[in-house]
Amino acid sequence: MSFHPEMAYDATFHKSARQLEEEGPAFGYTAENRARFEEIVKRYPPERRRSAVLPALYLAQHQQGYITANAIRHVAELLGITRADVEDVVSYYTMFYTKPVGRFVVNVCRTLSCAINGAERVTEAICTKLAVRPGETDASGTFTVLEVECLGACDRAPVVMVNDAWHENLQPEAAAKLIDDLRARGEAALSGCHHVVERRKDERTGD
Amino acid sequence: MDPVLIAHVREPNSFTLDFYLAHGGYEALKTALTKKPDEIIEMVKASGLRGRGGAGFPTGMKWQFVDKKSEPRYIVCNADESEPGTFKDHLLMERNPHLLVEGCAIGCYGIGAKIAYIYIRGEFYHVQSVLERAIDEAYAKGFLGRNILGSGFDCDVYVHRGAGAYEAGEETALLESLEGKRAQPRNKPPFPAVAGLYGKPSAVNNVETLCNVPVILSKGVEWYTSVGPEKNGGPKLYCVSGHVRNPGVFEASMSVTLRELVDGYAGGVRPGRTLKAVIPGGSSVPILLPDQLDIQASFDAIQKAGSLLGSAAIVVLDDTTCMVWLAQNLLHFYRHESCGKCTPCREGTDWLHKILQRIERGDGQLRDLDLLTGISNNIAGKTLCAFGDAAVTPVLTTLKHFRHEYEAHIRERRCTLPADWRARQPVGAH
Repeated sequence: MSFHPEMAYDATFHKSARQLEEEGPAFGYTAENRARFEEIVKRYPPERRRSAVLPALYLAQHQQGYITANAIRHVAELLGITRADVEDVVSYYTMFYTKPVGRFVVNVCRTLSCAINGAERVTEAICTKLAVRPGETDASGTFTVLEVECLGACDRAPVVMVNDAWHENLQPEAAAKLIDDLRARGEAALSGCHHVVERRKDERTGD
Repeated sequence: MDPVLIAHVREPNSFTLDFYLAHGGYEALKTALTKKPDEIIEMVKASGLRGRGGAGFPTGMKWQFVDKKSEPRYIVCNADESEPGTFKDHLLMERNPHLLVEGCAIGCYGIGAKIAYIYIRGEFYHVQSVLERAIDEAYAKGFLGRNILGSGFDCDVYVHRGAGAYEAGEETALLESLEGKRAQPRNKPPFPAVAGLYGKPSAVNNVETLCNVPVILSKGVEWYTSVGPEKNGGPKLYCVSGHVRNPGVFEASMSVTLRELVDGYAGGVRPGRTLKAVIPGGSSVPILLPDQLDIQASFDAIQKAGSLLGSAAIVVLDDTTCMVWLAQNLLHFYRHESCGKCTPCREGTDWLHKILQRIERGDGQLRDLDLLTGISNNIAGKTLCAFGDAAVTPVLTTLKHFRHEYEAHIRERRCTLPADWRARQPVGAH
């Protein structure tokens, strides 16, 4: 059902299109995450605990890999809001996953400055390497490839974000090699973005 | 002018408190605390500082409008930097985070707030860790917390991480997101100065704006207004990206011309290529052509030339760029980022994207061009926030300047300018 007979919605129409989350296994924060949650909630006025919904969901996603209906229930109970309130947020923001993702989520920036510097070729190289289409997880379940919108490092285009680590000025050949490196060496292959590398160097040599 | 905001960002450990203190850090906060809050607002007003997030609204006015009769009040720093082509706040927070912390503290003192929230986009996880470390250092040295430097002034600064939503950069949508809801804009008025975060008076300021505040206090209003043209004073960060040899963040006064930024600072287009067009202020502003670049890169001069300075995100396009493809790429962005609250924008961006896709792959018809204009005119001005106007700009501006490219696509039933940096698969195949 769409607003126009010739403009049918496709599967990717809107990011907030409602999809029911999996129930998933029983969920509760680990003691460590619970402590961090209590720490975070203190930043907001006591009657505004709802403000902590994004950090609370990040904790849940970090603990379990993706957001399930049980995780939503847990977060809702802790914040004193309804499950619908939490689901509303989960379904809106693109950085919460409602399906299992690979150990490495490869986010390729596809917006203008990256695109005109070859981001489409980077996506192609990665997808060919993993035999997937954007949005899919590879057969081994290790890599999920996503095309994302502007990451805000356009001077170092094309940019690829793997989990929380950035790789910049990444040409198609280097992107394919990064996949090999990640397979061989795991997280250690994530060198991070230019500035983080620079910072590590500062801390090692600087005073 | 010599750089002020990013003068030391390439030096080792520029993000540490020791480095910042060695370069005069937190002196502005000390000065501020010897003055009355109203004097701070007056200074910022007199400096003429205009918001660096995009709209260019005078910051001093914004702070003056904050309702001083109602408590608590809040400073909310907009660090959601997500306008395509913008990466200045990224650099500031990563390499000079204490400047922002100091700016937040002075801002709080000025409007009588005790808490500043820095809303940072979710993708900037590594930036967030730098910022949080800077905040911890500031607490440890008594620049934040209770009774700051013995003045009796209390101030807390917290970082709040977003989760991937361009719309969260719109100030009321940001407040909604900070309150734990979807990042969707509110109807205005009331403006945040009256009813902002939690319905309380709030000032929402961009990172670069707040970073300018310590500069005003330490260098003085007179110096600040002497930099750059009238009503466009102070140092400005420009983000130049796209088809240039040396992309990056450059600091200059707003007297600098667009041509100096593109050909001088950024080194011009690559060898063997020619300049085709420049987007001067992020994806949502009209395109300027190569013969329009000899103007000051100031809020007023660019507006006079028919575009906007916006977030000073200058995207340079050379002769390999197909303008239909460009509109299609940007409408993919807007279609994806539309928050879905207003029907014209939610549905219209999807329609525009579909039509552009079919023209780009060679299935378009001439009547599609009128359709694009018609749909655009039914989105612009008919939405709660400026997103609708922003989303149709890439369509209208490419149609205005490059209509012949659209017509060539339709006539030859293919993309007439397939660049080698594009995918081998046709558009829409993924």
